[in-house]
Amino acid sequence: MRPGTADGVLTMPVDTDADVVKVRQAVRGLTQQARLSLVDQTKFVTAASELARNTLVHGGGGHVEAQVVSEGRRTGVRAVFVDDGPGIADIDLAMTDGWTSGTGLGLGLSGSRRLVERFVIDSAPGAGTRVEIVSWSR
Amino acid sequence: MTDVVPILKIGSTLLVSIQTDLQDDTALRLQEDLAEQITRTGARGVLIDISGLEIVDSFIGRMLASIAGISRVLDAATVVVGMRPAVAITMVELGLSLGGVRTALDVERGLRVLAPVEQSPEEVLLAAAQRAGE
Amino acid sequence: MSVLAPEHLAQLLEDQREVVRSVWLEAASAELRGRTSRGELEREQDELYDALVAGLRSGATDLYSGAFDSLRGILADLSTARARLGFTPRETAVAIFALKEGLYQVTSASAAQLAPLLRLVDDLGLFTFETFAATREGIIAEQSEQLLELSTPVVKLWDGIVAVPLVGTLDSARTQVVMEKLLSTLVETGSEHAIIDIAGVPAVDTQVAQHLLKTVVAARLMGAECTISGIRPQIAQTIVALGIEFGDIRTRASLADALVDALRVDRRAAGQGGSTAVGTGA
Repeated sequence: MRPGTADGVLTMPVDTDADVVKVRQAVRGLTQQARLSLVDQTKFVTAASELARNTLVHGGGGHVEAQVVSEGRRTGVRAVFVDDGPGIADIDLAMTDGWTSGTGLGLGLSGSRRLVERFVIDSAPGAGTRVEIVSWSR
Repeated sequence: MTDVVPILKIGSTLLVSIQTDLQDDTALRLQEDLAEQITRTGARGVLIDISGLEIVDSFIGRMLASIAGISRVLDAATVVVGMRPAVAITMVELGLSLGGVRTALDVERGLRVLAPVEQSPEEVLLAAAQRAGE
Repeated sequence: MSVLAPEHLAQLLEDQREVVRSVWLEAASAELRGRTSRGELEREQDELYDALVAGLRSGATDLYSGAFDSLRGILADLSTARARLGFTPRETAVAIFALKEGLYQVTSASAAQLAPLLRLVDDLGLFTFETFAATREGIIAEQSEQLLELSTPVVKLWDGIVAVPLVGTLDSARTQVVMEKLLSTLVETGSEHAIIDIAGVPAVDTQVAQHLLKTVVAARLMGAECTISGIRPQIAQTIVALGIEFGDIRTRASLADALVDALRVDRRAAGQGGSTAVGTGA
């Protein structure tokens, strides 16, 4: 996957540690454009960092699509993390605090959900994982 | 090629100021470097200034807790200073704690934690009286 | 009889400028009497009319096409200004719809031929109304934000001690504002103690208690200690009844007690350096 923008959608690869940092920085820029409060920016970027690392470590790499979105007067930011990795068999279990596949603190998925307004996860064994997050300006 | 976070030695304290967004492997390298430096220099304290960090996610949080744990085993105290309010709020929401790591508002206060100034009871009282008179 | 092409409509508007403009001005000023001067109204209508003619001349009849960018811009500015000046929605919209009165005076073309132009005026009216409503919504949002700021004054009580007296109902949006403001004041003033006084809070439920606990934990992460004061007897009972665990968080009956307590800690710490151990985390 090559980085680029189409219709305001920023597409970035997640294949190395350095890519995770680039995703954080790009997402930070979008949250500023969407005029999120400083705390909401920090929450969203932290969630993006956790999810990008999941994509890299558990999904074996993938990509992120991020964009500024709007709805009436509100503006927001949306990011989608996609990988073709092994997927998750039991999503409910994976969303529990403290559940970990072995390398982290087990807060990646469950913790990120608390940092954003919308969190949608889609995964099945062998079918990869797709996580969408959205936050809105106040 | 990964970046290296510089470690400064001031007296018996090692000072680490994290100024930029850390890549995961840079963070791991810092953890190793610190362990090595504590042993080599016999430092008694480690002060980590994270006022430059815009986020602390679970990986960085774990690194900070590990550094504190390693220092403790090597008989050195760790203080994390300068966490930004937005970062603190996010960490709480994420469910991250720093597991026993001491914290202080800034480098100056952090150094005071690491190198306590011994004062006699008289001095303490005098200082308090002075403060009240100001 | 078919509709006229945009370019024809533009020509028509130019030719009939005098009569259309004067009827529009009459109708609009009758509605806005006393609100705005006739001269000002005339100048505004001048700008709108010119932009309308220019857009039609480049072949457009859809208000949202690029040809009408300038017309929409002028109209948006006008509607925004009217919303801020306290015009009613009716006054704002009628000032635009009154252009139709002028168009009915055009005798050289039938209403059917003018259809695209009349539709365009309808769209202009709706656009005005939307901009007007959006501005009003913006004003309301601004005001509620200001109210939120006003209702959470963070004050410096003593060197190194800041306090926030909370009055009124706490919801999660307000608690978040309090939390952010309190924590940034700690940094700005270099204070290691914060006191949250809840004497003026009528009720504490699980959610509010959770927010308070989170604030205390966040303050500790930053190296500051937080005391919750002003816990009235009923609230103490609710806290126990709800099974909310305040853990090792310092609570005091009154703000005065909390202040004395913080000063005591400060004095003890003077010999040891002040710091906070983040023991039991979130």
